[in-house]
Amino acid sequence: MLNKTPPAFDHNWDPETARGTIESLKNLEGPLLPILHALNERFGYVGEPAVKLVADILNLTRAEVHGVVSFYHDFRRDPAGRHVIKVCRAEACQSMGCEDLVARLERALGIHISDTTHDRRVTLEEVYCLGNCALSPAVMVDGELHGRATEEKVLALVGEQA
Amino acid sequence: MSFRIFVPSDAAAQSMGANAVAVAVQREIESRRLDAVLVRNGSRGLLWLEPLIEVETQAGRIGYGPVSAADVKTIFAAGFAAAHPRKLGKVDDIPYLAKQQRLTFARCGITDPLSAAEYEAEGGLKGLGRALDMAPMAIVQEMIESGLRGRGGAGFPTGIKWRTVLQTEAPQKYIVCNADEGDSGTFSDRMLMEGDPFALIEGMAIAGVATGATKGYVYIRSEYPHAFRQFSRAIEIARESKFLGRGILGSKYDFDIEARLGAGAYICGEETSLLESLEGKRGQIRFKPPLPAIAGLFGKPTVVNNVISLATVPAILANGAGFYRDFGMGRSRGTMPLQLAGNIKHGGLVERAFGLTLREIVEEFGGGTYSGRPVRAVQVGGPLGAYWPTNLFDVPLDYESFAAKGGMIGHGGVVVFDDTVDLAQQAHFAFHFCAIESCGKCTPCRIGARRGAETMEKIIRGERVVENTELVRDLCETMRDGSLCALGGLTPMPVVSAMEHFPEDFDRGAVRAAAE
Repeated sequence: MLNKTPPAFDHNWDPETARGTIESLKNLEGPLLPILHALNERFGYVGEPAVKLVADILNLTRAEVHGVVSFYHDFRRDPAGRHVIKVCRAEACQSMGCEDLVARLERALGIHISDTTHDRRVTLEEVYCLGNCALSPAVMVDGELHGRATEEKVLALVGEQA
Repeated sequence: MSFRIFVPSDAAAQSMGANAVAVAVQREIESRRLDAVLVRNGSRGLLWLEPLIEVETQAGRIGYGPVSAADVKTIFAAGFAAAHPRKLGKVDDIPYLAKQQRLTFARCGITDPLSAAEYEAEGGLKGLGRALDMAPMAIVQEMIESGLRGRGGAGFPTGIKWRTVLQTEAPQKYIVCNADEGDSGTFSDRMLMEGDPFALIEGMAIAGVATGATKGYVYIRSEYPHAFRQFSRAIEIARESKFLGRGILGSKYDFDIEARLGAGAYICGEETSLLESLEGKRGQIRFKPPLPAIAGLFGKPTVVNNVISLATVPAILANGAGFYRDFGMGRSRGTMPLQLAGNIKHGGLVERAFGLTLREIVEEFGGGTYSGRPVRAVQVGGPLGAYWPTNLFDVPLDYESFAAKGGMIGHGGVVVFDDTVDLAQQAHFAFHFCAIESCGKCTPCRIGARRGAETMEKIIRGERVVENTELVRDLCETMRDGSLCALGGLTPMPVVSAMEHFPEDFDRGAVRAAAE
């Protein structure tokens, strides 16, 4: 266990940590989204045990919490890869060839959009607008925004060769 | 005397390497023992020049751009008086900026966005100070007289909304700022929250004083992590500086703000979906009435305004309604921050009085396409806005003139396409996007978007083009008239405008017949 390399975020579901997170936010007005964001960030996803725990503490039904989790694109049901690439596919980026960029990244990584590579290294996702529309195509890699994105630039950021 | 060197911290500037440039600048300052301070300002909005760094000199602020970390060494070695391939001269004299009328973005890119002292020195807090000496109804009256209309896209008079909230009795009222800027081609909300966040805070505080609300929420989309962090810091600083919290600026009014993160749903830019989301529910739209101004967040009277509307309020209060109203044309008063985006040479933010034509925007400011090919179409107003052909480029930018031609200004995004664009594909995308983002509450939007996308696919394949085109037109009418909100109701706008102005792209049968 001592040699275990720490993951980018803690995938290990821990009900006690989760309870602490939920309790610390539950007194906000409309606390559900902030709680789900906090869990999503802490554990990398919002799984079934998290849904149940949130429902118990907020006195909601599991169906209500599930309904919210599944409505929003941000809340993951499964952990993502170590790197997350979000490619903008909205109109401004379309005008600058984002569809070509998506096709190239899919080919280079050997996956389709919304998938994670087999070694769980990279998740490739689509997004509709990153607010960088004067410097299209725009891409977000691990939370950092990049303008005038190319296949080479993006792959270099996640340590892959074009 | 110490001088300042500015490197923007704006997300767009960062996306082009501004952080590495800032590190390089700091290193040069230290190794050369210069009496200089590095300031991370907002962006000036000349985005094709980012990272654009500025050096404070006797002759004004001298700009360099676009600058890479490697350029920094040569700029410092040459000295700021000398020539350099990246030197732009005085930034205020660059025509793109000199031709603008910046009221809402007056400070953006000029000041340190997180310095409350500099905010005040540059005219900040004057509007709030004046509002605190006025009766709430007088503030509302001032807003109505200014003619400010909601800059989020709907264009509803801001002052009228405020009046309804003021006149509705309730123990608790809210100011909600819609910072869920999801339209492609728009980034003015993001730029403002990163480049002059105190303007938004001040505008919300004035709205609170005017309507009797003591709590504000800013709903920021999660695709804007930089803006969320910057704005959250600005809230803390505003509390320390006493223009948020109990007894703002020593007055009897309390007002505080909380920043909330969206979760990746375009529909939450619709005001009632946004309220549902803030309450912790699925972002499904509500039936209106009741209006949010009467029963909004948690059922309480709520002002829901866009970032730009609220950030314009301090300038209106500081200078008076007449000052603001004197800009613009017809029933479109004041200035509009336009965002030039897509396949454009000089993309960025252009704030000008209403009345500018699309030609001036795309050709004079924008400089044509980035690719160098001819401009073929321009989409104005986000994914729900119309596609404009170049023969309509002389229409003046004004809410009514645009509506008369079947378009809208929306949130002011202008996305340019060159002659490689296929408008049938763009019409397909409009339906596809609506299908992805529909909240599912009403049938015309939920089902119509899918059927529309399928039918457009048939047209693109050349299947029964005449009949299917007729079907799409019919479906567009149903969606426009039968949808509960603007998502389903306006998706027909890009589709119909594309069919109207670019019919050749839909005539796939001819293409197929020719091939056979």
